[in-house]
Amino acid sequence: MFISKIMKIAVHIVVVLIAQNIFADDVFDGVSPELGVVISNDYIEQVDFVVMPSGDGLPKGSGDALAGKVLYNIHCMACHGPDAKGGINGDLAGGHGTISGPIPKKTVGSYWPYATIIFDYIRRAMPYQSPGTLSNNEVYALTAYILNLNGVIGEDELMTAKTLPITKMPNSEGFIWAYSPSK
Amino acid sequence: MKKISDNINFAANNGLLDRRFILKAGLGIGGGLMSASALSSEGKDRLPWMKQPGMPMGQSGPSRYEEHIKREGVGSQPGTTGSGASRTPIEHLDGIITPSRLHFERHHSGIPDIDPAQHNLLIHGLVDRPLSFSMESLARYEHVSNIQFIECSGNSGAMISPKPLQRKASNLHGLVSCSEWGGVPLKILLDEAGIKPKGKWIVASGSDAAMMSRSVPLEKIMDDAIIATHQNGEPLRPSNGYPMRLFLPGWEGNACVKWLRTIKVTSGPSMTKDETSKYSDLRDDGIAELFTFPMGVKSVITSPSFSLNLAGPGIYQIKGIAWSGSGRIKNVELSADGGKTWAEALLDEHILPKALTRFRSAWKWDGAPATIMSRAIDEKGNVQPTREQWFVGRAKNTFYHFNAIQTWGVNTAGEINNVYL
Repeated sequence: MFISKIMKIAVHIVVVLIAQNIFADDVFDGVSPELGVVISNDYIEQVDFVVMPSGDGLPKGSGDALAGKVLYNIHCMACHGPDAKGGINGDLAGGHGTISGPIPKKTVGSYWPYATIIFDYIRRAMPYQSPGTLSNNEVYALTAYILNLNGVIGEDELMTAKTLPITKMPNSEGFIWAYSPSK
Repeated sequence: MKKISDNINFAANNGLLDRRFILKAGLGIGGGLMSASALSSEGKDRLPWMKQPGMPMGQSGPSRYEEHIKREGVGSQPGTTGSGASRTPIEHLDGIITPSRLHFERHHSGIPDIDPAQHNLLIHGLVDRPLSFSMESLARYEHVSNIQFIECSGNSGAMISPKPLQRKASNLHGLVSCSEWGGVPLKILLDEAGIKPKGKWIVASGSDAAMMSRSVPLEKIMDDAIIATHQNGEPLRPSNGYPMRLFLPGWEGNACVKWLRTIKVTSGPSMTKDETSKYSDLRDDGIAELFTFPMGVKSVITSPSFSLNLAGPGIYQIKGIAWSGSGRIKNVELSADGGKTWAEALLDEHILPKALTRFRSAWKWDGAPATIMSRAIDEKGNVQPTREQWFVGRAKNTFYHFNAIQTWGVNTAGEINNVYL
């Protein structure tokens, strides 16, 4: 009788210990149930839009400002104005030299630090009403046109995955990082 | 009979009462508001809505008498409907939780209508195993839930106007909200994918039509970032990123990418349009600071404020919200004489890190012009700056991260105006 009571208590303790082990260690210590499904490189290629300032992520293709101007007038001028100035939305050209002055005027040409951003942003988000409808050659051409309007490149200079990252923007030296890792 | 207000101690000049006055006073007043409409045949009174059964249950939504409390300052870029913002009506709210329907919005290409069955979180880049997570599988991971604020770093940008703009508190400072955010710590998912030694940042992209993207240092991600799936107990609202968003406690709202779809682990930032051309902070020397992530210590008196005028001399409750991206609010000080003297405000019980904290004080307005303001201090010792201090070193038309003291002027008619000292 007495022994069986001790046994019961012992069993109870063991059960509690097992339960603590399962819940405390396996659930609350951030252990993953590992349900992530490995995705293929082909699939990643389809969903990865990231372009780095180094040019990493830029696709094949090319375009110049002459081709870009035609596309700009069709897809962009309604919002950004003729020659990328004076539209209902942001100016993409002009404002050079104003950034350190009393009334800074931020445009792609006067402010943006890297030319790669233009490609990245157009490919992600523009034209506003129908993003994703431009070919890579067309995005390169529009990028070249905006750069040309800002006097950064000539009208027949070809923008590609190789030339875009080495195209120096007028304000490329105008930025510092506020964030620094604590380690 | 002696009135309570004849025998009170002031904590600072121009009528600011001791912060415990609200509690003391509460014992002596109230309970005196009895209706005296027509008596019924039994000699007892019933108001109209007491004379028949009310609405069926299962109805939702606020009282029809409160329908004016809605998002304020709704505006979009010309030619668009979904590229703009709406503001939380902070002057009409109390407590620290923002009702989800009133949470501020800032979208770049509208609110996508996402089918969760077709939405996966994809982690790739500098990882050992690029992985996809369905909503169903994410639900089986460890969840955390915390009450934390989110603030657009463009909040209060109108305060750089050379002349003070006469707008409601919501229209000046309403790009801040506070919710209970629930979801999966992102660290667990990244550990499962296995970060390669060269991985130092992530680039998060949304599945809105603009594929809004931001780069975030891995250090923050591994510290306290979550994949938020819940807001105030229910699945995220579409306007807050349904079915999932990145949530970075205390950091600027734009980096908390909504409708999150892909996370690429990278060696450095991608320098996206939003983190360079937009959410960068230009200094007066022409140099712009990138990655100014944490939101500064800040407070605003939400009542009285512009449009909430005073009815006449007497006792009023000053209330407002304070928050800091660096941790808890330590205290909030109030002045009713333009900053000459200050008194400590009473803080509500819930003083949580990186959350809105509610402050209150009683104030006896004597009918003379007054200038009321609040100043927050956080647990790290950061003090909310004056407007003058905030401008030091900044370019004239930069407006991100504005956290200076808001001053409300009260004139003899009891009208409240936005004023600069």
